[in-house]
Amino acid sequence: MNSVSADRHWRRPPFITNPLLRWSLFVGAGIYLALAFGTIDINWSRIAEGVPRGQRFVAAFFPPDFTSRTGEILEGIYESLWMTVTSTVIGIALSIPVGLGAARNLSPRIVYLVCRAVVAVSRTFPEVILAIFFVKLFGFGPFAGFLALSLATIGFYGKLLAEDIEDMDPGQAEAVRATGASWWQWLVYAVLPQVMPRMIGLGLYRFDINFRESAVVGIVGGGGIGATLLTAFDRYEYDSAAAILLIIIGIVMAVEYTSGFVRKWVQ
Amino acid sequence: MAVKHRGNVRVWQRRERGKQFAIWGAWLAGVAIFAYCWQLISEKTIWMFVTDAPSQAADLANRMTPPKWSYMSELWMPLWDTLNIATLGTLMAIVLAVPVAFCAARNTTPSTAFVRPVALFVIVSSRSINSLLWALMLVTIIGPGVVAGILAIGFRSIGFCAKLLYEAIEEIDEKQVEAVTATGAAGGQVLAYGIVPQIMPAFAGISIFRWDINIRESTVLGLVGAGGIGLQLDASISTLAWTQVSVILLAILATVIVSEWVSARVRHAII
Repeated sequence: MNSVSADRHWRRPPFITNPLLRWSLFVGAGIYLALAFGTIDINWSRIAEGVPRGQRFVAAFFPPDFTSRTGEILEGIYESLWMTVTSTVIGIALSIPVGLGAARNLSPRIVYLVCRAVVAVSRTFPEVILAIFFVKLFGFGPFAGFLALSLATIGFYGKLLAEDIEDMDPGQAEAVRATGASWWQWLVYAVLPQVMPRMIGLGLYRFDINFRESAVVGIVGGGGIGATLLTAFDRYEYDSAAAILLIIIGIVMAVEYTSGFVRKWVQ
Repeated sequence: MAVKHRGNVRVWQRRERGKQFAIWGAWLAGVAIFAYCWQLISEKTIWMFVTDAPSQAADLANRMTPPKWSYMSELWMPLWDTLNIATLGTLMAIVLAVPVAFCAARNTTPSTAFVRPVALFVIVSSRSINSLLWALMLVTIIGPGVVAGILAIGFRSIGFCAKLLYEAIEEIDEKQVEAVTATGAAGGQVLAYGIVPQIMPAFAGISIFRWDINIRESTVLGLVGAGGIGLQLDASISTLAWTQVSVILLAILATVIVSEWVSARVRHAII
């Protein structure tokens, strides 16, 4: 027993077990970081100039100015909320057929491929790019933002719905079908109850995302609070901007809290 | 069980009457809210522009084709910048998210009364503000450029990473922690040998997942001046160079597909 003790040490097993892969990853990461930092041109004098501005911006939060632009802020927030509600409802309504079509265990191959393509296209581009095009086509205002958010919702919700249907318990579906149910009855009594609780939760989550994104589509002219925020920054009215940001954070927190509550109630 | 009597016949019903009414009421309220919001949006819309849209779309499609492929040679550098913004931003976020996550997790936080609420507030405010809004702020403060983009992506991702990470920390197996503590390990050693190995796979998964999202988001940061391919997109749109716009969109599409493939491969290797 003596011979074992002194010079044998236990070492923690590494996270990546293959030593060749591990070291090549380290070396690759090192080279990448060197290249990346080498190509970024940092304008230190401009950043130094930003320090007092940053301080002014932080100071603007104590206290934020809710009063001097109340009208614009309220209008922006309301517009964002309308856009959020309508785009979530329409987006989810449209994503149900897409989601059903994109579930492999439900639809014929050709429908499956078409619906998957719809999902892939609407998921690729960020909401802002969609909004740029809808503003071009449909003019400025909340309608363009509404369309961009709805399209993004279809991609998000359709994909998750399809995956949820693919994961459902086939036993229940077969049992309902064995009673002689029609396709619609089968959908309502076998598929729907299985996916419903999770889908309600995800719908609320998408509502939350749509509200956050509605603050962004305004930057490219899609209506909502983003336009107000952009104006506030352009005028260097940091205290109004701080107020808008706090309102956004507040609403997101409220939605998150409510959705947690509703989810508990549904399940 | 909910049963309706129709003469002598008992008919099975899916729900009790009260619950059915409650569901109807909820639907009614939902539809009313939707109709109200829709009407308000419709008031703000100039419908002439909307009905005009098909011809506008045809016109735009006409102007966007064929893509000006020669423009691609000017896009490699912005694409490299975009990749750097996403990667370095993610790196910054995960470095900063780790302490926040440990402060926010109920089983590792130094104090539930003070530190945990602060950490949770950091997480919520970072998550609520879109990376484009972070970029807008940072561009006005530190000026346009890649650095503003990296910081914007970083600030936005701290909340996301920290939230998922602290949930992973709260779900760890306490027995392993107890076993390491029983050997006489100090606080830091318990962390390194009892907790970290358990959350490592989740940590790697979260990082790569966020990196994938960040590639997507960093493509548009240039719209507000924060570097990357969005700058070219903005410039091409404002100069109405639509054939360049279509090349840029295809480049973004390709980048997103590649990043999704990479992240799927890495996640598959980890899990």
